[in-house]
Amino acid sequence: MSESGFGILSSGSYVPRGRLTGELVAETHGWFDPSLKSTAGTSRSFGSWDEDALTMAVEAARSCIDGADPLSRVELASTSLPYADRSNVGVLREALGLPETAGLTDSGGSLRAASSALLRALEAGQSCLIVASDCVDSKPASVGEATLGHAAAAIRVGTGTPMAILRGSASRHQDFVDHYRAAGERFSYTLEARWTRDAGYRRQTAETHAAAMAQAGIADHADRLVVSAPPALAKAIAKSLGQDDLGATLSARIGYCAAAQPLLLLRHAFEQAQAGETIALVSIGQGIDVIVLELTAPAAQNGLAAQADAGAEETNYARYLTLRRLLELEEGIRAERDNRTAQAAFWRKHEAITGFVGGRCRACGTLQFPPSRVCVECGAEDSQTPQRMSALPGTVRSFTEDWLAFTPNPPLIFGNVGFGDGANVMMEFTDVSPGELEVGMPVALRFRIKDFDHRRRFRRYFWKPAPALGGGDG
Amino acid sequence: MASGIRDRVAIIGMGCSRFGERWDSGPEDLMLEAFDEAIADAGIDKSDIEAAWLGVFFQEQSTGKSGLPLSQALKLRNVPVTRVENLCATGTEALRGAAYAVAAGACDIALAMGVEKLKDTGFGGLPERSKGAMEDLWLPNSTAPGSFAQLASAYAATHGRDMKVLKRAMAHISVKSHRNALDNPKAHLRREITEEQVLDAPMVAYPLGVLDCCGVSDGAACAIVTTPEIARRLGRKDIVAIKALQLSPSYGYELSNDGWDGSHTMTTRVAAERAYREAGIDDPANEIDLLEVHDCFSITELVLMEDLGVSEAGRAVDDVLDGRYDRDGSLPCQVDGGLKCFGHPIGASGLRMAYEIYLQLLGRAGNRQLEAPSVGLAQNLGGIPSRNVASVAIYGLADVSR
Repeated sequence: MSESGFGILSSGSYVPRGRLTGELVAETHGWFDPSLKSTAGTSRSFGSWDEDALTMAVEAARSCIDGADPLSRVELASTSLPYADRSNVGVLREALGLPETAGLTDSGGSLRAASSALLRALEAGQSCLIVASDCVDSKPASVGEATLGHAAAAIRVGTGTPMAILRGSASRHQDFVDHYRAAGERFSYTLEARWTRDAGYRRQTAETHAAAMAQAGIADHADRLVVSAPPALAKAIAKSLGQDDLGATLSARIGYCAAAQPLLLLRHAFEQAQAGETIALVSIGQGIDVIVLELTAPAAQNGLAAQADAGAEETNYARYLTLRRLLELEEGIRAERDNRTAQAAFWRKHEAITGFVGGRCRACGTLQFPPSRVCVECGAEDSQTPQRMSALPGTVRSFTEDWLAFTPNPPLIFGNVGFGDGANVMMEFTDVSPGELEVGMPVALRFRIKDFDHRRRFRRYFWKPAPALGGGDG
Repeated sequence: MASGIRDRVAIIGMGCSRFGERWDSGPEDLMLEAFDEAIADAGIDKSDIEAAWLGVFFQEQSTGKSGLPLSQALKLRNVPVTRVENLCATGTEALRGAAYAVAAGACDIALAMGVEKLKDTGFGGLPERSKGAMEDLWLPNSTAPGSFAQLASAYAATHGRDMKVLKRAMAHISVKSHRNALDNPKAHLRREITEEQVLDAPMVAYPLGVLDCCGVSDGAACAIVTTPEIARRLGRKDIVAIKALQLSPSYGYELSNDGWDGSHTMTTRVAAERAYREAGIDDPANEIDLLEVHDCFSITELVLMEDLGVSEAGRAVDDVLDGRYDRDGSLPCQVDGGLKCFGHPIGASGLRMAYEIYLQLLGRAGNRQLEAPSVGLAQNLGGIPSRNVASVAIYGLADVSR
């Protein structure tokens, strides 16, 4: 069934490469808390030092809107965006090259931020790209350390040939404080899971779920169920609804990814379910959203499944801590370099930097980065047309593994990358280990943190090539 | 077209401080150490100096900016001093200023001083620095070894050379320079090493190990220049003349265009071609008697042999392994130990190279003296392979100029 209408047009996702296993957490902290053994057999994803909720959101959005029409509205939902006052979604817009006139919303404050945003757009019949991303860290030896993952997902709703349509929904808010994280705090404060389950969500869910089913005209329950909640709670909620949680297999590999989880689960369900099936999403967070969708066309590819499988298991617990800046190693005097950003210079070049926009000379066709007033090839002046280069496939032309340069994840691997039509750019590689690169290797660009200015709490972003994955690579 | 400055400028005095970790000396001490040797050599009075050029690269935690550090260190009584900086070509740039002033007839006697005080930073390696407000937004936070290491991966790919063989040739380069420096009392690193030690050394930036890297040194070197006529009037018999002094900065091509394959330094090729023309050299491999090149890293020296046209493309590996650039080879390179072992106080390096060639041409190089050389070439590469300033200077005895 594929006819024109309003609904979900596409989805995308991004899962960072790092995986922390329950075994490693239990092995490290078992002396301190033997109960951590309960997370054995699962793993969670984590972003490298150069990833945050914003960079992951950009990657998820890129995989969702590839080749799509310009978007007029974008909402970025997260509880861990890097800036409290600097439009995060605005940085995402620049990275994606969306028009300045697009309607932009940063939303947060709740683990339901994304499911509620999706519901609002679907109910209003409003075209929108909803991006959900979270990169929440957990205290060492907490249950969250082994189960709370980092990831992002995106869903585009609008008029076209939808892959899923809204059948019904129900929502309620309750100021149920089973956990909270005060503004500016890094870690959540979490209360007893049994209380959360028994006094809280099990009962609330049943009522809200029933209301959504009634609106969808479904007698019992949808064909498929996905529950956005920490693993033990998700399992209990699914059980109370008498269904399996289709998302359990995903969560076991990448963890529960906070505000990103509802959209990740929908994308996961789109990849697993058959056309014509109904999918119920239960999303919890000081209340509940239940969204019932009907899958009209299955996802074209198993992008999320591939991303979930593509992780690299971390074997060094101290490195995990260091990459997440949960452990401060002696970085040496070289790390004292002042990374203050010249904001006036950045403003002049922000499109080139954030969007990775080069210049193509109209006189000779040569592509170059950074764009400049005078063509490097033919010398023509003011002859360059802006060209986005972030989606261009690159090729490694030279590289090194630099153990002297300061980086939170030594060595600093950087080199010359060719982008065709004459373009060469010297760039820092990411998501690559020593010994993996070769001259001639294909690479794809990722939006990443370029530098931290810890003194002024500023971070700047740029693009970094990573070894290109096979199909499904965003 | 202008004929250049060939044989229009003579070097009548040179001096060079001992290079190394000079915890005992500030930049003012290093400059005075080099100057005292040069002024005695020139046999002139300090008051005869009419203009001076000072080359310093890292002014931070060192000399500070401007020409004042030289004026003050030598108490040059209101003599005009110009501070120049052109990355690792800074020393040659200082000499270029002084030589041009003499060639232009603006003054009779000029001083070129290069100095670098690197060891006051409190950490190893070169000081950290901003690459520029815009560049910091996108260029990797690279180090010098990392940037030069790029040459190796690109060279191996371009010429289809096995990295193991390339590494052996690079090791040969370091072993040779260490051996040469044993005969140089002013050198920073005076210790013989073996090929195995180089190959087994801790990795700094793949494929460069720590023994593929030059020293980070304090030091100063200087030259006093005048016209050949005045030099003769001062009683000089053997006159070392500047045959060519050429500079070639990148204009952004290597950094942004794939027309450069990353395996060589484009700018050196341009500077060398111009210098050979200015000096009237047609066959550099046979007409030049010794080389002092910018061996900041072993791989740099290797590719420079091709960039200077003394090895065929892709053949420098073989020439190096055959010993061609050893002290007893047909074209000795880094007889004084080079940047590798004499040391690399950045602002001084170009003048240090000139110093060695000057000594060799005058037969004053002591235990490392070559047999009657008459033409020497000094090359600097400031910056990194993809963004640099190359200089090529040729010095020769005035009476053997053709």
